[in-house]
Amino acid sequence: MFENADALLLARLQFAFTVSFHFIFPAFSIGLASYLAVLEGLWLRTGKAIYLDLFRYWLKIFAVAFAMGVVSGIVMSYQFGTNWAVFSDKAGPVIGPLMAYEVLTAFFLEAGFLGVMLFGMNKVGPRLHFAATLMVALGTFISAFWILSVNSWMQTPTGYEIGANGQFLPGESWWAIVFNPSFPYRLVHTVIAAYLTTALAVGGVGAWHLLRDRDNGHARKMFSMAMWMAALVAPVQIFAGDMHGLNTLEHQPAKVMAMEGHYTSHPDGAPLILFGLPSDEEQRVRYAIEIPKASSLILKHDPDAPLAGLDTIVPEDRPPVPVVFWAFRVMVGIGFAMLGLGLWSLLARARGRLYHWPWLHRAALVMGPSGFVAVIAGWVTTEVGRQPWVIYGLLRTADAASPLDAPAVGASLLAFIVVYCAVFGTGAWYVLRLMAQPPHPHETADPVLDQGPIRTAGITPGPTQNPGGEPLPGDTQTEDRP
Amino acid sequence: MNIDLTVIWAGIIGFAVFAYVVMDGFDLGIGILFPRFAVGEERDQAMNSIAPVWDGNETWLVLGGGGLFAAFPLAYAVILPATYPLIIAMLLGLVFRGVAFEFRWRDPRHRAFWDRAFFAGSLVAALAQGMVLGAMLQGIEVADRAYAGSWWDWLTPYTLLTGLGTVAGYALLGSTWLIWKTEGSCQQRARRLALIAAVTTLVLMGAVSLANLALDPDYRTRWLALPDLALAAPVPVLTAILAGVLLGDLARRQREARPFFLSLGLFLAGTLGIGITIWPYAVPDALTIWDTAAPERSQVFMLVGVALTLPLILAYTAWAYWIFRGKVGTHGYH
Ligand code: HDD
Ligand code: HEM
Ligand code: HEM
Repeated sequence: MFENADALLLARLQFAFTVSFHFIFPAFSIGLASYLAVLEGLWLRTGKAIYLDLFRYWLKIFAVAFAMGVVSGIVMSYQFGTNWAVFSDKAGPVIGPLMAYEVLTAFFLEAGFLGVMLFGMNKVGPRLHFAATLMVALGTFISAFWILSVNSWMQTPTGYEIGANGQFLPGESWWAIVFNPSFPYRLVHTVIAAYLTTALAVGGVGAWHLLRDRDNGHARKMFSMAMWMAALVAPVQIFAGDMHGLNTLEHQPAKVMAMEGHYTSHPDGAPLILFGLPSDEEQRVRYAIEIPKASSLILKHDPDAPLAGLDTIVPEDRPPVPVVFWAFRVMVGIGFAMLGLGLWSLLARARGRLYHWPWLHRAALVMGPSGFVAVIAGWVTTEVGRQPWVIYGLLRTADAASPLDAPAVGASLLAFIVVYCAVFGTGAWYVLRLMAQPPHPHETADPVLDQGPIRTAGITPGPTQNPGGEPLPGDTQTEDRP
Repeated sequence: MNIDLTVIWAGIIGFAVFAYVVMDGFDLGIGILFPRFAVGEERDQAMNSIAPVWDGNETWLVLGGGGLFAAFPLAYAVILPATYPLIIAMLLGLVFRGVAFEFRWRDPRHRAFWDRAFFAGSLVAALAQGMVLGAMLQGIEVADRAYAGSWWDWLTPYTLLTGLGTVAGYALLGSTWLIWKTEGSCQQRARRLALIAAVTTLVLMGAVSLANLALDPDYRTRWLALPDLALAAPVPVLTAILAGVLLGDLARRQREARPFFLSLGLFLAGTLGIGITIWPYAVPDALTIWDTAAPERSQVFMLVGVALTLPLILAYTAWAYWIFRGKVGTHGYH
């Protein structure tokens, strides 16, 4: 028994670790693929070289991030079987097909056109190349669509039947499975999150280069584009998050109780706890700083509306409150900080100081990685908040695991931690190094490569990492259009 | 045998696995042979010949695994825990070789390290894949819809043999690919390596086939007794013909593209052979494909998706290969 509980905990840690690492990359590549498509589109429309330069600058970074996203994703698709065999057997007939659709409609699309996007500019010409970029961007979105549908079905399962052998079987309509109640909210909120994450990262890079040289036109352009995104999209995200929360209140009330820190029921108006130290042992929030009745106002749009607390849930079905409570506050805090940055940038624009306000640039620099923190915090809220269920209300996490011995899972967890930290840590370092180089006119590859063997040997798709590369002799199309 | 949806799905998964094995097979094979190539132009050519396509090739692995999950969930839930350490090793191997494509260019000072990671990752992934195959063929203990063996069952002399056979086979695919796609010293070296790889592959294929006959009386009747023999016999004959032509090409150092396609043919014969050996089991001797199949609604839903998307996927994959056709070492690509 003890042996079992151990293996379970290790399997959960392994899943949480690998999926959190994985999600960092899609959060960036979903947004970056679209940003690249916008840049290339603007270049084709206006013929201005600055867009092509920025495109090439970010394409190098995209290539590194994408490779890490792919390899960490493949780990995920096998992890269901290795560590969650009972879950795979039971839920396979319902969620397996959705994941198969993801492979067929998204992963092949991304991978099929990625080669052309990275290496093919000189071979297919700008227009077809733009089409390839669009396909990659579309693929990342479709991928998010399916995998979020799967995850949402696990949160709010609908449209299934239970078979004689205990399996979940699809019911009459796949529509009810794919478009389960929490899916639209989760899709909107997560895709916007990816855009915001990317915008903040791009803004941080722009700000860094503006702090060193405020006249760098390329840095100005990317900073300005990123700040528009922050100013316009952060409020939308907050609104979407609010809607998402209301949806969760309807379908997973225990999760919202944990997010709010409501151990006890409030028959006449629940307070909004801003901060405090939730304690599962004492079943209360210590040192709570609260706004009376505000929680009822937000969740029910009525300050006196009654709100149930965790005392209405049987103890074995309660999620662990402190993690959910804090992860949620981190996400929301960052959301409002992003809004603040966006507003500040609008003010700076109005005053004509967008490129001349070092404190704004410093703030944007600090906020550069904030999107990644927010998305991970958001997922921790979502996933820990649904515990102890893996399929909400139907299959407990504890009943879903593979029949594995603790040493096997422990060893693989250790291997993942060591390899991921080393490999993806190094990758992150390479990305940061690329970001540290200022964007400049006639952006090609990095200087190292231009003198490298590839260049001199003139191999195509040669400048492997010189996507789009320098134009070949006789190929005038890739440069600034006349 | 009536052709029902389950049989069709077994065919689709078989196709995905075959597509993966030959496409990522040559990528991994190049990785396995990487240290044999000279630092500099030879390695760069070898790497560049697969850089635009490796991601697409690897996606077939996701389709194979994801498809198994979707169409035969119980098989997926039994085989993966049974081969747990192998799967983890394969995944970690693929991590190293996947990032090496980017990282070796990003950091010239540590290129030697990432080249080694590319080699080791490819080798481990290939070995693990071959051993998973062996572990399936030798049988997996199942009780009560779950894997019931211990977590070292997969390690036997037989699985080592299948693992090494796969490594050699991938090396054959990789080297013949390079004969086709490169020129100069890289091509010369690939020719030498291909001959060694071909001989090794054929020897190991023969050894695995003989071992199969000893492994399980069922396998023996399938291959050695009528009426099954009539169905199965063309496979070894086909293998022998392909092998003869391939060895001839490689020994005479002629032909650029043909050795690669002959090697594909060998893999096709091998895959058919395995199919004949285990049919109709998904987990040999324990669960048939019908025992593990998803219900009809799932099968139909996915079949619609496959029918709509697979032709498109094949078309744009072919297009991507076409764009990067020709020798990798020259500018023009015609
Ligand atoms: C840039 C990222 C980001 C930002 C700034 C926010 N979120 Fe978020 N949030 C996510 C990224 C995210 C996410 C990673 O995308 C999650 C995890 C699962 C999901 O559906 O979206 C999420 C989940 C999530 C949930 C859990 C839903 C559930 O599991 O049922 C709620 C209630 C909110 N968010 C609400 C908000 C509010 C009110 C925000 C306003 C400040 C906010 N989020 C900002
Ligand atoms: C990519 C963003 C995601 C992140 C960061 C994330 C994070 C987590 C975390 C932190 C846990 C552990 C919860 C706990 O043990 O208390 C978990 C569990 C789990 N998640 Fe997610 N998740 C993500 C997406 C998904 C998706 C898309 C799926 C489904 C396809 C999924 C399926 C699961 C399953 C099966 C578990 C089971 C183990 C468990 O509940 O402990 N997750 N996830
Ligand atoms: C447990 C859940 C998940 C699994 C099993 C999974 C599986 C995978 C796999 C196998 C790949 C590689 C595809 C290839 O070979 O090209 C991948 C990449 C990707 N995944 Fe995930 N994934 C999960 C969670 C997520 C989530 C939550 C999102 C988005 C909301 C997401 C979005 C993507 C994207 C956009 C890619 C492309 C590569 C990249 O952008 O870095 N995945 N995933």
